[in-house]
Amino acid sequence: MSDSASIMPEHPPVTDWVNDFDHTDPTWTENPFPIWEKLREASPVVHTERFLGCYMPTTYQAVKEIAYDTDHFSSRRVIVRDVRPEITARAPPITSDPPEHKPAKQLLLPPFTPDAMKKLEPRVRAICNELIDEFIADGKCDAAARYTKHVPVRAIAHMLGIPEKDGDLFIKWIHGILELGIKDDNALMDAVREMTGYFAGHIEHRKKNPTDDLISTLMNARDKDGNPLADEHVLGSLRLLLIAGIDTTWSAIGSSLWHLAKTPADRERLVAEPELMPLAVEELLRAYSPVTMAREVMKETTISGCPVKAGNMVLLSFPAANRDPAMFPDAEKVVIDRKENRHAAFGLGIHRCVGSNLARMEMTVAIEEWLKRIPDFRLDPAGKVTWSEGTVRGPRQLPMLFGKAS
Amino acid sequence: MAGKLKIRVDQDKCQGHARCKSLAPELFDLDEFGNAHEVGDGSVPAGLEDKAWLAQTNCPEIAIEVTEE
Repeated sequence: MSDSASIMPEHPPVTDWVNDFDHTDPTWTENPFPIWEKLREASPVVHTERFLGCYMPTTYQAVKEIAYDTDHFSSRRVIVRDVRPEITARAPPITSDPPEHKPAKQLLLPPFTPDAMKKLEPRVRAICNELIDEFIADGKCDAAARYTKHVPVRAIAHMLGIPEKDGDLFIKWIHGILELGIKDDNALMDAVREMTGYFAGHIEHRKKNPTDDLISTLMNARDKDGNPLADEHVLGSLRLLLIAGIDTTWSAIGSSLWHLAKTPADRERLVAEPELMPLAVEELLRAYSPVTMAREVMKETTISGCPVKAGNMVLLSFPAANRDPAMFPDAEKVVIDRKENRHAAFGLGIHRCVGSNLARMEMTVAIEEWLKRIPDFRLDPAGKVTWSEGTVRGPRQLPMLFGKAS
Repeated sequence: MAGKLKIRVDQDKCQGHARCKSLAPELFDLDEFGNAHEVGDGSVPAGLEDKAWLAQTNCPEIAIEVTEE
């Protein structure tokens, strides 16, 4: 258990969203969309004294200006938290700024191209069907616990070359880092330490028994001077791949199934017109973008006419940008065949998600296989849908009933 | 008068979202890092004009230029 002394005081409930926003408030967790509308109407950039001072850009334009401005906005901290301890556990390239960013990112890009994902796709299709086999006869399931969670866990484990059965460990660490860690530094540090120890063991093993998985790829990588990466760099990138590769896609698949469960017209259309899947996946990514990033303001500047001061964090909400009606007509509606869609679910600028092709493949396959086996489904009125808090948003309980409503 | 279309990917702007390759695989290719470039000299064959515009209007980085010759 964590030392309670490290836990910051409970956050008081928010009453003034425009001047005192809090992305960990239960109202935000449950339904953030009306809050973002209110903030956007007030200003392109709002501020809260919480989290030791934090801005939030509310428009697509303001989010884009910050994402492109690596001079004033650093990625050295990518989660808005109650505390700002000294930076120890880096995770390049997500926590890197120029000029270190580009070489660190280029090491990770080749294993994640669309062609590389095509090779992984049959395994992911098999994973989806193995999972569905386990619950389809029950006529119902918690889709978050039984399905959407396991698809990315097993896929990334397969890529990294670590046992798919270690998935529960990965999920515990991610919960400690992305959710508990916002308010509890010990929970975060415990998770980072356990995760680092786990991967250090796998690296040691591969020094004597080389493999052809992603861990070995990183161990064999050379920098521009021909030197191998420091173990700390390899460990940091492995932490990143595990943290960033799991509950993000878990959330995206979950939100997609949640939408389809409560929107029969879209569900029936996708079953009848499977060729719409590529557009549908992009629209579901836009409407229910799971990932909110962060930056730290290094130098005073102006964003969309609003002054922004050093020492504050920035809650970089790609999900809010994707709901901006100035950028997307009918932004609040899911238009399942939306044609023009420059959504920013995977970020904008140099930090574009390295796993975006993996996430898209997993989402497509997970939705396709589900619809093939379970074309009719709905939310179970006897259960409750719950959502994760903070940095990554998606359903964590998603009770479903299969078949047509009688 | 609608002329022949030509496309070009701005290499400084492309971040490898690969939306163009997904929507118009005949017109775009990806390099080993997943960053996009136009196929050949970027001339859009007749019949693929809609795909060129679709790719252009879905690029999050606004990295694709479409010009009419």
